[in-house]
Amino acid sequence: MYIYDQIDQQFVDERVAQFRDQTRRFLAGELGEEEFKALRLRNGLYLQRYAPMLRVAIPYGMLSSRQLRKLAHIARTYDKGYGHFSTRQNIQYNWPKLEQVPDILAELANVQMHAIQTSGNCVRNITTDHFAGVAPDEIVNPMVWCEILRQWSTFHPEFNFLPRKFKIAVNGAEQDRAAIQVHDIGINAVRNEAGEIGFRILVGGGLGRTPIIGVVVREFLPWQHLLSYLDAILRVYNCYGRRDNLYKARIKILVKERTPDKFREEVEAEWQHLKDGPATLIEAEVERVAARFTVPAYETLPAQDASLQAALSADKAFARWHQRNVHAHKMPGYAAVTLSLKKSGVAPGDATAEQMEAVAELADQYSFGELRVSHEQNLILSDVKLADLYSVWSTARYYGLVTPNIGLLTNIIACPGGDFCSLANAKSIPVALAIQERFDDLDYLHDIGELDLNISGCMNSCGHHHVGNIGILGVDKQGAEFYQISIGGSQGNNAAIGKVIGPSFAQEEVPDVIEKLIQLYLAQRDSEHERFADTVRRIGIEPFKQHIYGNAHKESQHRQRELANP
Amino acid sequence: MATLIKNRSIVSESWQTLNSADDLAALSPDAGVLAPLALWQTHGAALRARPGKVGVWLNSHEDPASIAKELPSFDVVAVNFPKFADGRGYSIARLLRERYGYTGELRAIGDVLRDQLQDLERCGFDAFELRSDQDAQAALGAFADFSNQYQTSALQPVPLFRRRLA
Repeated sequence: MYIYDQIDQQFVDERVAQFRDQTRRFLAGELGEEEFKALRLRNGLYLQRYAPMLRVAIPYGMLSSRQLRKLAHIARTYDKGYGHFSTRQNIQYNWPKLEQVPDILAELANVQMHAIQTSGNCVRNITTDHFAGVAPDEIVNPMVWCEILRQWSTFHPEFNFLPRKFKIAVNGAEQDRAAIQVHDIGINAVRNEAGEIGFRILVGGGLGRTPIIGVVVREFLPWQHLLSYLDAILRVYNCYGRRDNLYKARIKILVKERTPDKFREEVEAEWQHLKDGPATLIEAEVERVAARFTVPAYETLPAQDASLQAALSADKAFARWHQRNVHAHKMPGYAAVTLSLKKSGVAPGDATAEQMEAVAELADQYSFGELRVSHEQNLILSDVKLADLYSVWSTARYYGLVTPNIGLLTNIIACPGGDFCSLANAKSIPVALAIQERFDDLDYLHDIGELDLNISGCMNSCGHHHVGNIGILGVDKQGAEFYQISIGGSQGNNAAIGKVIGPSFAQEEVPDVIEKLIQLYLAQRDSEHERFADTVRRIGIEPFKQHIYGNAHKESQHRQRELANP
Repeated sequence: MATLIKNRSIVSESWQTLNSADDLAALSPDAGVLAPLALWQTHGAALRARPGKVGVWLNSHEDPASIAKELPSFDVVAVNFPKFADGRGYSIARLLRERYGYTGELRAIGDVLRDQLQDLERCGFDAFELRSDQDAQAALGAFADFSNQYQTSALQPVPLFRRRLA
């Protein structure tokens, strides 16, 4: 946990005062609708289908138990007793009252939290690996760099009115767990041959209407230049990014239209003016930021624990959970634990105030009072002793947080969809629930093995459906809600954009279609070690199309061929 | 008449912002004028020959490099904000100040609102022609919205992390 100093605190306090005044002016009719919109979005406030929606930042996914209790308190006091953890390490409240939002922000500021730049055409909350700081394969602790970038991006005077929203992700490990290839800027820590730390910089990735994998603009940027180089990228984007068409305003379109080589040249030319200027980072600052992070007082423990081994053999349900929801840790004798917010029958990513308080209690008791929020919309106790895992499981089970489905089909990533969001074409939550219900049998679920399933209610792709092994997209078909299904997407080091299998389906058909995809995969996989994504990569999407659409598909293909070659 | 804020004070100065050559005929000789870049490029000499003060205004898509050499000769350089959400002017201001070394009056014109003032000032503007519906007196409070800034900028080139360590 990064602990604010007095100056950091002053920024968030002054932001509350500023927004309180802006809200007052709006309610008094002194501030127009459109002007207020730009200001409220920069504080995460949308005016939604039923009520305002407030998006609160959880910078780089790090939370203390005290902060989580505050989030629970806000859910209970200002909302309907729950919150929704989003795919970008934020929490969203769906029922606050506009005139109370300044009070909510003040409550957040009391625990060093805020909703700054969680929306609007500016640099958004910077996200990272949900195992940041504890992953065994880490090159640097990405949270230190995320905090440096949080400060750089907070109220950046030059880049507060960009052509469009701007999302940055940082990954500090060899394995990409931050989806850096589908961000406006993706940053990955690397070491050069001399052993020095630097960053590989990707630009122009993104999902949405035009899904694109980012391109590398710099293989190795020495860490000292991180801020000036980002300033250069943002300046080129700010000056030349398209402002004439909302759908072509993201940086990915600029990179594509300019070509990556030309874009890189422009950034490098801009950077030559900024390089080695005052924004150049210094060792002392990196050390200062790192030193303001709390460090868990780890005990020296053996790598194995006998009581854990005994519990694993005695309790099958616990063993199954351990297999899916417990993850390797850099310290011997410790593990990271995912508490699943993907229980069957509950909207993915939703947590009640009681659950949040229970997790805060668990964190205090077993994980140094700290936890993480993942972009997969789960909560993570980052530092649990192996000997405590059984106790954690037993308590968390009582609160419905131990569904052993991490990495499996029912760990569905979904946006709030048409039930809440005014942008959505279709609902996401009922589709997620129907699929979870269909695959409720744990033996079957575990037999299917690793599979990411993502649902977005519209092209804005908040559910990241493009990178799901199975992606479901809500579409509007003459006023009715339909769902387009794609397969072959993936996140991580081999990120790929999924391909649409064919015409869309009605809501009630979706679970059958997923079932059929799974049937074909199970029939075709070369062993139980071949995951769904691997099978799709090996045999392609044709056999899946055939299995779903049958002869109709063949006929339409035939017709298409005839049309193409008359 | 839009109000002009200069160096954080409300001033009464009369400036005429031209849009095209058609506006030249109606000019009173002593009025200060702001000419758009294209007009400046064709009528610069005539405008300079007048007794009144003269400046040029850039639109948000125009490159400040095109006036870099002449900068010291202007009484004012202005940057237009066609819409408050068009953020190009912030970069233009920083380029004028930090790259091209312009030290004279830099004025924000167009859709200039209270809640932009502090960022505009940090990017190098020192004069603000507010949109006519703005309460200029209340807008002066905006310069105190935030008492510090993390980044390097035209107004404060030394980022907070260097000042913290100093």
